[in-house]
Amino acid sequence: MWEKLYNDFSFFPEGASTLAWEIDAIYLFAVAITVIFTLLIFVLMIVFAVKFRRKDENFIPKPIHGSAPLEIFWSIVPFIITQVLFGWGAYIFFKYSNPPANAMDVHVVGKQWMWKVQHPEGKREINQLHVPVGQPVRLIMTSEDVLHSFYIPAFRIKRDTVPGRYTSMWFEATKEGEYHLFCAEYCGNEHSRMIGHVYVLSPQEYDEWLQTEENGPNDPPAVAGERLFSQHRCDTCHSPDGIGRAPSLRGVYGSTVATSDGARVRVDESYIRESILDPKRHIVSGFEGTMPTFQGQVTEEQVLELIAYIKTLGAE
Amino acid sequence: MGAMSSAIPQEKPRTNYLNHKYGILSWLLTVDHKRIGLLYIVSISAFFAVGALYAGLIRAELLTPDGDLLSTEQYNRAFTGHGVAMTFFVLVPLIPATLGNFLLPMMIGARDVAFPRLNLLSWYMYIGGGTIAAIALLTGGIDTGWTFYAPYSSRYANGSVLIALFGAFTAGFSSILTGLNFVVTIHKMRAPGLTWFRLPLFVWALYATSLIQVLATPVVAITLTLLGLERIFGVGIFDPALGGDPILFQHMFWFYSHPVVYIMILPAMGVMSEVIACFSRKAVFGYKIIAYSSLAIAMLGFIVWGHHMFVSGQSAFAGLLFSFLTVLIAVPSAVKIFNWLGTMYGGSIDLSTPMIYAMGFIGVFTVGGLTGLFLSTIGIDIHVHDTYFVVSHFHYVMVGSAIMGYLAGIHFWWPKMFGVMYNRWWGRLAAVITFLGFNFTFFPQFVVGYLGMPRRYHFYPEEFQIWNVMSTMGATVLAVGYVMPLFYLTASLINGEKVGANPWGAKGLEWEAADSPPHHENFEATPIVTQEAYAYAEEEGAVVH
Repeated sequence: MWEKLYNDFSFFPEGASTLAWEIDAIYLFAVAITVIFTLLIFVLMIVFAVKFRRKDENFIPKPIHGSAPLEIFWSIVPFIITQVLFGWGAYIFFKYSNPPANAMDVHVVGKQWMWKVQHPEGKREINQLHVPVGQPVRLIMTSEDVLHSFYIPAFRIKRDTVPGRYTSMWFEATKEGEYHLFCAEYCGNEHSRMIGHVYVLSPQEYDEWLQTEENGPNDPPAVAGERLFSQHRCDTCHSPDGIGRAPSLRGVYGSTVATSDGARVRVDESYIRESILDPKRHIVSGFEGTMPTFQGQVTEEQVLELIAYIKTLGAE
Repeated sequence: MGAMSSAIPQEKPRTNYLNHKYGILSWLLTVDHKRIGLLYIVSISAFFAVGALYAGLIRAELLTPDGDLLSTEQYNRAFTGHGVAMTFFVLVPLIPATLGNFLLPMMIGARDVAFPRLNLLSWYMYIGGGTIAAIALLTGGIDTGWTFYAPYSSRYANGSVLIALFGAFTAGFSSILTGLNFVVTIHKMRAPGLTWFRLPLFVWALYATSLIQVLATPVVAITLTLLGLERIFGVGIFDPALGGDPILFQHMFWFYSHPVVYIMILPAMGVMSEVIACFSRKAVFGYKIIAYSSLAIAMLGFIVWGHHMFVSGQSAFAGLLFSFLTVLIAVPSAVKIFNWLGTMYGGSIDLSTPMIYAMGFIGVFTVGGLTGLFLSTIGIDIHVHDTYFVVSHFHYVMVGSAIMGYLAGIHFWWPKMFGVMYNRWWGRLAAVITFLGFNFTFFPQFVVGYLGMPRRYHFYPEEFQIWNVMSTMGATVLAVGYVMPLFYLTASLINGEKVGANPWGAKGLEWEAADSPPHHENFEATPIVTQEAYAYAEEEGAVVH
């Protein structure tokens, strides 16, 4: 029991991503600032309370109405400290806001109360996330119902999953092992059961894991997306040669298009999703908005597969 | 403030606000700001008891990682009930409606607030809202969390969500009306000679608070109304399935609910200035800086709401801007603390009960404020957002500091309210126990939060248990600290030592020109002010050392 207590008595969670040590470092800096200032203020307060304690009931101390140099001094010092923290925190945030080019896209769909994950090779899992060590992974996430938040304390990251839009975050695991996966945004009754594990594997183990038959074999999202694309007859209008009632989708991912209301929209996952489910919102200029909505005909996971397919059209 | 041209009559007036009328109706229909203040003290205490009961259930449940005391449904309703009762019905009105109501007119030398009947209506709106919320809790409760995040609250949650929304909505009007009343009162009803920069700093703090109440509360009323419309009629505002935007809800909700933190903390800071000056027997160091810093905090408080949304999917640049603006609040907050220390320096410090609470406030608020820096720093927030780190931080500010400030004020002005003194040793002991119990309860939550324990978890992994056990033990101590005043303050009403108008030797019209307990019209004649606030050294016959 004592050994268990001792082992649990830790002030830091395990760190297993490239981000972890950076956040721990700025956290430690903030802890140091907090300890120094709390001690300073507390000790001064106690010293004053003792040193200047009331000894004579009739004693009227000399008033001090203020001191401009002191006010300036104790405004500027906190200001500088806050700016250091702000700048450092923003630096970390921006450094990690864009994933490296070689990041592997993993799709995450949250729903009450489970996490559904699909890997680029098509393998699916629930309430688990297997990733290879040393490989940047980008999670493209959404929710089928309410807000959730995908949180991996060992990686020091979280991001809400929002119904109706995509959010993404990325990480690079640095240490093999098994880590907690939590839902951090309250989502209803079984919120605290919407948990799971992240398994960081060596690249070979990850490849072996991909081959296991668990959850049945699945096509890669792009392949499934191509099948959906023809099942729903998308290709009758979005023909590959661009001569159709709708714009060609070849090379469209990552480009910027002009819309009929004069705006310019960057074609990313969110825009493609919106164009499938709410096609009238941003119509590409020069085209008539004749496309019907596919809301209710495709699931969130199928939308992600369609997007994966449309992305491959850009890469050819 | 001091010297009055109109001397206080030698013999005491026979009646005071407590005994000039009797009967239940003389209380329920009173327009006397002092009686309304007492009505609020009683009713807010009742809601505090309800909120505290829920807190006790939560802490008891979290002793073990398994959900063995409550079902998950009950647990989710318990933390929602705790949050709704404590924020909307305790912390928002806590100081302005009780001490503010009782003291503001007396501090500025007025007979009452500008609109006495509106003041009574405020209390009825509060009681109305509270009754509606109580009905919501009794008819099954709600499990949305006090933040009511959409689309869970609008389309998914069961329970009495609409009734609870309506309760919070109604109570909001109480807050708006009180704020409006105070703004007008401070502008129009100051005694002759009482210029803006002679006002006690508590009045400055109430002024800043009132501005927030008037400007921010309507936004939450609108937000809750829209949420209700979506829930009843399926109007698509926040639910993407109906064409709405859930992030919009968060923007609107936090546009109110961040400033609301300053509604809770600014009046407590005002109490600090009064108490520290009195028990150091010394003018407040940097009076104007403290007054301006209250306004600065109130204004900055309106433009920082996005720091609640760093990981919610708002744009990275919005996150950057909100992070920058939020850290700035540390400056006026730190300045206040240093000025209070400056006030203590070279003073004649009496460690009476209110002063011990005030020193506890400084300790707790320092930690609460500094940990706010962690959360406003985006890099750290990515990890600690929605964990127990946040829970601990806002309890340090909203509970530790605001309630410590309230208790300092209650113990300071208790002899003014009732003309009796409580047992000072019990008072000091309660103050120390509250301070220790509070830190014992919430400090472990910082650690378990950084370890990654998310908030609103009924079940949690075993390795977090040790911190939760500590926190629950601390909560037991804290409960003792909170319950003690109930006994010795009540006892003082029965057999407390009678005191005169100014037992602490304090400055301020409420002490120097009014009786204890005050006459129902506060003053015999309108006082005339000829001095700055806190002119301890300028008293007639004072020998300044």
